[in-house]
Amino acid sequence: MSLIMNAQVATKPETPVRRSRWMALSGNRNWQAIWFMLPAVAFLILFLAYPLAYGVWLSFTDTRMGSPGEFIGLGNYIWLMDDPVFIIAVMNTLIFTAGASIFKFVIGFYLAILLNKRLPFKALIRAVVLLPWIVPTALSAIAFWWILDSQFSVISWSLKSIGLIDHNINFLGDRDLARASVIFANVWRGIPFIAITLLAGLQTVPVSLYEAATIDGASSWQMFRRITYPMLTPIIAVVMTFSVLFTFTEFQLIWVLTRGGPANATDLMATLSYQRAILGGQLGEGSAIAVAMIPFLLGAIMISWFGLQRQKWQQGNDQ
Amino acid sequence: MASVEVRDVKKRFGAAAIIDGVSIDITDGEFVVLVGPSGCGKSTLLRMIAGLESISGGEIRIAERVVNDVPPKQRDIAMVFQNYALYPHMTVRANMGFSLDLQRAPKAKIEERVDRAAQILGLSHLLDRFPRQLSGGQRQRVAMGRAIVRDPQLFLFDEPLSNLDAKLRVTMRAEIKELHQKLGTTMIYVTHDQIEAMTMADKIVVMREGVVEQIGAPLDLYDTPANQFVAGFIGSPAMNFLEGTITPAGFALGQGIVLPLQTRAAKTGPAVYGVRPEHLRLDPKGVPVEVVVVEPTGAETHVVARIAGQDINCVLRERLAIAPGDRLTVAPDAGIEHLFDAVTGARLN
Repeated sequence: MSLIMNAQVATKPETPVRRSRWMALSGNRNWQAIWFMLPAVAFLILFLAYPLAYGVWLSFTDTRMGSPGEFIGLGNYIWLMDDPVFIIAVMNTLIFTAGASIFKFVIGFYLAILLNKRLPFKALIRAVVLLPWIVPTALSAIAFWWILDSQFSVISWSLKSIGLIDHNINFLGDRDLARASVIFANVWRGIPFIAITLLAGLQTVPVSLYEAATIDGASSWQMFRRITYPMLTPIIAVVMTFSVLFTFTEFQLIWVLTRGGPANATDLMATLSYQRAILGGQLGEGSAIAVAMIPFLLGAIMISWFGLQRQKWQQGNDQ
Repeated sequence: MASVEVRDVKKRFGAAAIIDGVSIDITDGEFVVLVGPSGCGKSTLLRMIAGLESISGGEIRIAERVVNDVPPKQRDIAMVFQNYALYPHMTVRANMGFSLDLQRAPKAKIEERVDRAAQILGLSHLLDRFPRQLSGGQRQRVAMGRAIVRDPQLFLFDEPLSNLDAKLRVTMRAEIKELHQKLGTTMIYVTHDQIEAMTMADKIVVMREGVVEQIGAPLDLYDTPANQFVAGFIGSPAMNFLEGTITPAGFALGQGIVLPLQTRAAKTGPAVYGVRPEHLRLDPKGVPVEVVVVEPTGAETHVVARIAGQDINCVLRERLAIAPGDRLTVAPDAGIEHLFDAVTGARLN
């Protein structure tokens, strides 16, 4: 009781000081938190939330380049359901994403395991592995364009020189070869991300676990299957989610290499959306194609989140 | 169960010799503790016995079989690591049964062995937990359980208690000793803690800088250390070392103080006189010392005193009303003095 009275006495001299509204806004901790967040929030709203919301809005309109357009509800989506090119693009995107992701994962994981072993010039090799990731996509795509060119392809030239083939391979002109080529280029570019991230994960596995397993009698494969892989699943989940998202939304590589051709064989949802909206001027329809990617992406995130990321052994202490 | 022979074993990393010609004989069922300061090569030697490190020279035999080139899994050993090395993504049950599971042993057999080991270690109620849900002591027990389940002929322990707090260490020490008595399996145990070595071992191997300083039963090492290093390493508080000269009249400390010698030294001249703090007692006929620090512990009184310009620790049973600056007369117990060469540190009596 006496303590409370003392406290009241102590605060009394401060009451005559009138704090301005500005003082309240700048001094209050909660307001300070808002001030600090404001630049980031403004940035996110301006460059992420607004374009996304505007894109979703456009997909419900028949907006064209130069005409404001009107709200047509699900019109664009209903129309796209019957559009064979859109269906092809969706299938292409799924095949492209699945194919590229599987190859990237397997090769990237293998590389990570190799790089985790004692190697001479390890730092140099790691730097080299990162190269495809560092080179701008457009540049590496142009390099692939030359490598896969119907007339000047270095692959065709080499195979011809050693006498395995007698005419150039039309990498980007044949439907299946074009699909395989863009997947290959995407895999080449995407491996470093997976390899380096999984390598970081591998290095968090204590060596003593492998030593214990060695004494327990585990073979190399058993160590991978029973220790390395389960211990890396959380990291794999995150890495593969990102990888799938990047791959699903791939645009640059395809656009430089094939522009979706031949005959829409390599058209992905991203490239089709660009063709329809920007080149064709059908902003509403293009937006609808782009928005149609969202459920797939959310699905990928859900699978990784619920299926892989949170393993029981990592969860909090529930003694 | 198995005997272990280590014959002139060497380990080199480039030019540096980590282990330099170590020989140890371990008989079947013995509990041997490798002890020494950090960097003495004791863990490396254990890992060489386990097969986790290659052997640069010499020979290691387990159960009379040379194992230099035998992979760890064929050595029929189990190892307990300092950080436990439990598989974090497996339950206690799966951790303990992992080795049998790898051998594709029948489920019933795995279950039976895990249950038996869990019973021995009091882990039965924790079998479905994950390692992160266990305390340090429980994790340590699971690591031991994993070793027991394998029913190996040799247990290796690599500083298994150093991650535990002091109180738990004492408990686990007794548990490991009891486990050894129950199982009767040969055990090799590495530690830097001489108390662990003293309390647990049948035989202690004291190592320093890659060589064995002395091998013997704990009390033999305590009573007759082979050299000044072992004398200072074994025993707590550490042995007092006084520099002086061996003369026909006794051990001359300078300032006219001469300690009587009851044993015969191998030579006269400059030497080190060793006496354990607990072997000093108050004696009116003893040598005069000046009290520097008094530390009452309840059970006994620790006194740091100065004698002929050198500090000496005494552990006295009496409760004393003394203060720094006071003078006492102390004398060593009869017949337990230690004399060491001033240069080589070798025992002289």
